[in-house]
Amino acid sequence: MTALLDVRDLSRRFPVAAGMLHAVDHVSLRIEPGESVGLVGESGCGKSTLVRMLTRVLDPSDGAITFDGAEIGAIPAGRFTHRPERAAIQMVFQDPTDSLNPRFTAFDVIADPLRRLKGPWTRETLRARVEELADMVGLPRPLLGRFPHQMSGGQKARVGIARALGPQPRLLVLDEPTSALDVSVQAVVLRLLDELRRTLGVSYLFVSHDLNVVRLVCDRVVVMYLGRVVESGPVASVFDRPGHPYTRALLDAIPAADPTRVRSRIRLTGEPRSPINPDPNVCRFYGRCPIGQEVCAVTMPALAEVAPEHHAACHFSGGEGPLS
Amino acid sequence: MTGTPLLDIDGLSLSFRTRTGTVKALEAVTLSLAKGETLGVVGESGSGKSVLSFAVMGISDPAATVTAGRVLFEGQDLLTASSKDLNALRGAEMAMIFQNPRVALNPIRPVGRQIEDVLLRHAGLTRAEARERAVEMLRRVRIPDPQRRANAYPFEMSGGMCQRVMIALALACSPKLLIADEPTTGLDVTTQAAIMDLVDDLAKETQMATILITHDLGLAAQHCDRIAVMHAGHVVEVAPTAELFAAPRHPYTARLIATTPRPGVTLDALEPIPGMLPDLRGTLPPCRYAARCGRREPVCDGGALAAHLAAPAHSVLCARPL
Repeated sequence: MTALLDVRDLSRRFPVAAGMLHAVDHVSLRIEPGESVGLVGESGCGKSTLVRMLTRVLDPSDGAITFDGAEIGAIPAGRFTHRPERAAIQMVFQDPTDSLNPRFTAFDVIADPLRRLKGPWTRETLRARVEELADMVGLPRPLLGRFPHQMSGGQKARVGIARALGPQPRLLVLDEPTSALDVSVQAVVLRLLDELRRTLGVSYLFVSHDLNVVRLVCDRVVVMYLGRVVESGPVASVFDRPGHPYTRALLDAIPAADPTRVRSRIRLTGEPRSPINPDPNVCRFYGRCPIGQEVCAVTMPALAEVAPEHHAACHFSGGEGPLS
Repeated sequence: MTGTPLLDIDGLSLSFRTRTGTVKALEAVTLSLAKGETLGVVGESGSGKSVLSFAVMGISDPAATVTAGRVLFEGQDLLTASSKDLNALRGAEMAMIFQNPRVALNPIRPVGRQIEDVLLRHAGLTRAEARERAVEMLRRVRIPDPQRRANAYPFEMSGGMCQRVMIALALACSPKLLIADEPTTGLDVTTQAAIMDLVDDLAKETQMATILITHDLGLAAQHCDRIAVMHAGHVVEVAPTAELFAAPRHPYTARLIATTPRPGVTLDALEPIPGMLPDLRGTLPPCRYAARCGRREPVCDGGALAAHLAAPAHSVLCARPL
């Protein structure tokens, strides 16, 4: 099967006063048609930079982005807006309030990308399409005339999803789509997203640091740490048998709504290494890693298969390592 | 619990005057907290969690009016206390960690100075002693290189570091009561775990009582002795943590637990809570959850509702508890 999105050795470096900040460092990633991939990692790990490159609003320093067979990584971000792929890659933003224009009604919010990327429209066909989208995301039609401040968080989240689905994307990038919502509303929105993916066949890149949510809606998960992919694989395999100590720490840090669960936890100490001029021979997690050894300071571990389709970048991830 | 509680909130009702009517944000809230105990307060946004903590600290919005009830801190009524008495208590005996550390910290004062300010005001230290203590506090919240970091401004620190500074600030005078209002919202899970471990450790060390306000049931489950569930200004259920999760008595609590993503639960099993919080203006039914509740019967719309004990130390505000 050809991947919908195939990212190879993608890097982005930013010049800062102290040197070069390696925000994203040789990241490779595939998303199949209709697949939902979770992207997790702490703030500062390069998730947002990666997402901005994939949605082509930021130019990569190196590497290739192949979307549906076409190489789009080399197209300058400013020119990409005129490409057909612009409509095919859409984004749902983190904060449903901040990402809606306060002076646009829900109708205008949903119609805006349609006017720009699709069409031509007549007044009637545009209205019909916007209403169809509203029905699709479960937004009552009378709410289309409302402004963002007149809607609840859940309703605004639906508007944001309808806006992204309007241009009929093949890849939807969701940046923490439920983190600003209450748990009661979160469940509704997650179900909606899951259903839309199945009926429309859209692929998702689901950026989140809530692993409980990733577990629910993703097929595969990619874990980033300081600009690099440290682990990737099917959700069940990664969650049950994490191959990288950082993934293990992430999983251990999830507070479970179960007070009876006995916790044997990896506690992370220390601050992350600096992403500025990082030593290419030192594991990025070294210093914070509970199982770090001397070898970690002289050789950067490469991604290696630890289970079918499941890769981890750790010297000790194979077999009966210190993690098991 | 033994003897008099450290904090005793008794029948607290509070409303806000707005242009479009009076919002009854809290009604007959009764809660108590013993020395060294950790109480979780959970509920959806708009359920009154923060309003409650602001009322306890005496920092409510000017539009707020307390219509009934008392808040006793070591026997002293905070609602009738003079601002001079409150100023002596706040920061020294009771302290608060606010939701957004970047907004709560003074942006144009080095963080070390902000901690010194509290110590100078309450602990009667000299400038040099305060300086030393401030650095020591930063060390205790595990800020690397505290001597240098004391001179940093909030914008020079990460979100997790700012939150640690907030904690150092709140704990500088070893308060007896700490109110943590969503202390880890917006932080990474790993940072969240580190911050909560820190609060737990410090609470144990100093026998400090903590109120943890959160919408994350998992966080409350992990860190609290007891949990109070709020819905639309009512405390609908209070119970020891293990009991609340094992046998919730209020239908809303059960729904809240069922809708929280957790290991071993599929998306289909995750049941959303129907409806929304009611409009808190105008006249409200005795049970504010009735309109959303699947167990509603005529008795629910009957007379006034009072919290009753469903088990020892387990109170519930429901005419038809589970």
